[in-house]
Amino acid sequence: MIWNWEFAAEALPILLRGFVNTLIATAVGTLIAVVLGLIIAVAIRGLPRWINWLIRLLVAFVRNTPLIMQLMFVYFIFAGIPGLVDIPALVVGFIVIGIHYSTYMSESYRAGIDAVPPGQHEAATALSLPPVRKFTAVVLPQALRATVPSLGNYAVAMFKDTPFLFAISVVELVTSAQQFGAAKFAYTEAFTLAGIIFLAASYPTSLLIQRMEKRLATY
Amino acid sequence: MPPTENIPSATGETAPSASATPAIEFKDVEKSFGKTTVLKDLNFSVAPGERVTLIGPSGSGKTTILRLVMTLEELTGGYIYIDGKPLTHTERDGKRVELPSKVTRSMTTRIGMVFQQFNLFPNMTVLENIIEAPVHVLGKSKAEASKEAKALLEKVGLAEKADEHPTRLSGGQQQRVAIARALAMSPEILLLDEVTSALDPELVGDVLAVLRDIAETTDITMLLVTHEMQFARDVSHRVMMFDGGQVLEEGPPDQIFNNPEHERTRSFLSSVL
Repeated sequence: MIWNWEFAAEALPILLRGFVNTLIATAVGTLIAVVLGLIIAVAIRGLPRWINWLIRLLVAFVRNTPLIMQLMFVYFIFAGIPGLVDIPALVVGFIVIGIHYSTYMSESYRAGIDAVPPGQHEAATALSLPPVRKFTAVVLPQALRATVPSLGNYAVAMFKDTPFLFAISVVELVTSAQQFGAAKFAYTEAFTLAGIIFLAASYPTSLLIQRMEKRLATY
Repeated sequence: MPPTENIPSATGETAPSASATPAIEFKDVEKSFGKTTVLKDLNFSVAPGERVTLIGPSGSGKTTILRLVMTLEELTGGYIYIDGKPLTHTERDGKRVELPSKVTRSMTTRIGMVFQQFNLFPNMTVLENIIEAPVHVLGKSKAEASKEAKALLEKVGLAEKADEHPTRLSGGQQQRVAIARALAMSPEILLLDEVTSALDPELVGDVLAVLRDIAETTDITMLLVTHEMQFARDVSHRVMMFDGGQVLEEGPPDQIFNNPEHERTRSFLSSVL
């Protein structure tokens, strides 16, 4: 196996173009997961029993089936519905990946909310704080300290799951490496560079999360 | 602790009259946790401005009484009235009906509570802790609430700690902030639940001094559970001895501490004094 610098130079811009899709999927997917995860965690507390049960069922479904299957399922169902056919694959991709990870993030939120000591709830009641204010000013800020690091870890995991989007024809980093490698028979250069790009993005992010975790551990 | 025999009550003043509408009234109150009944057919009232200490062995229901007034526990039977108005339940057509939570919350704004474990909000500074409820419950402006909060911090001797986070304060300082936080709502009723029990002995004095000051300079109705018998004797108009969820005996501190009627009271006092 020989390393060819010319191929490498040729591959790099193509890979970076693919990487843009990876970043979009991760960024929008994370945004969806962070918001939806919180909504699920909060909704499960306050809603009527049957809606609660329905949400739990959906969460269990999403968690217990493979992401790649969910991507293909939604993509091909949409493809059969007039009006939804034209939705770009990337959009389907970040919606599905966002929903997928929201089910995990909701569990982190739930654990963080449950970890707020009963005394905090009692103090809020003793001050007659309305429920919404109690949640946003007392419970949530304390819960987030415990939750944010694990949300960060899920975002990194999501980043590494974006190659599954190849299944619905989104050309992200790994798919673009695969295509380039096939066209030029330069798999070594293409996948080495793809790996380096992944590493260069996710390693500093994990370090950042670790630092954040330490800072959040104390008030 | 010094012996309490022959130490006169420091208040000297006469107890507020019981003929006015009571600040707190328990009517046929019952409280059970699952199958365990803690309070049964409990009736008593506290006059406006009166300071009442609840004493008794652990498990006698004293703390539960405070928690019921603060609506931290669900009232399983009977009624509690604050200034003559129902707190959580009312009687309608002979039936016991639960009041909407908004109504109950409008009642609890008149009641403040200080906890054994302080329960300050760690995500807020000392000042933010104190202005939280005045701003978001009473609708005061931040500027006005902050000004009042600083005056209260001055009163509890912590003016310079306004911008600290509670976790950086000692237990005694945290408790004084908690007292200032409760006072910031200008409560008519203040509930004190073993507020010195979690403190190191050398920090108890500062907290008690603040409470004595409140007792002497305000007419806030106080209901307190404490193991500080000298303090109870000094500030309260009335002491109620609880045993098994019932009032065993009650009276002015001098009477209860010097001439208790019941053997149970005697043995309880000798175990804590």
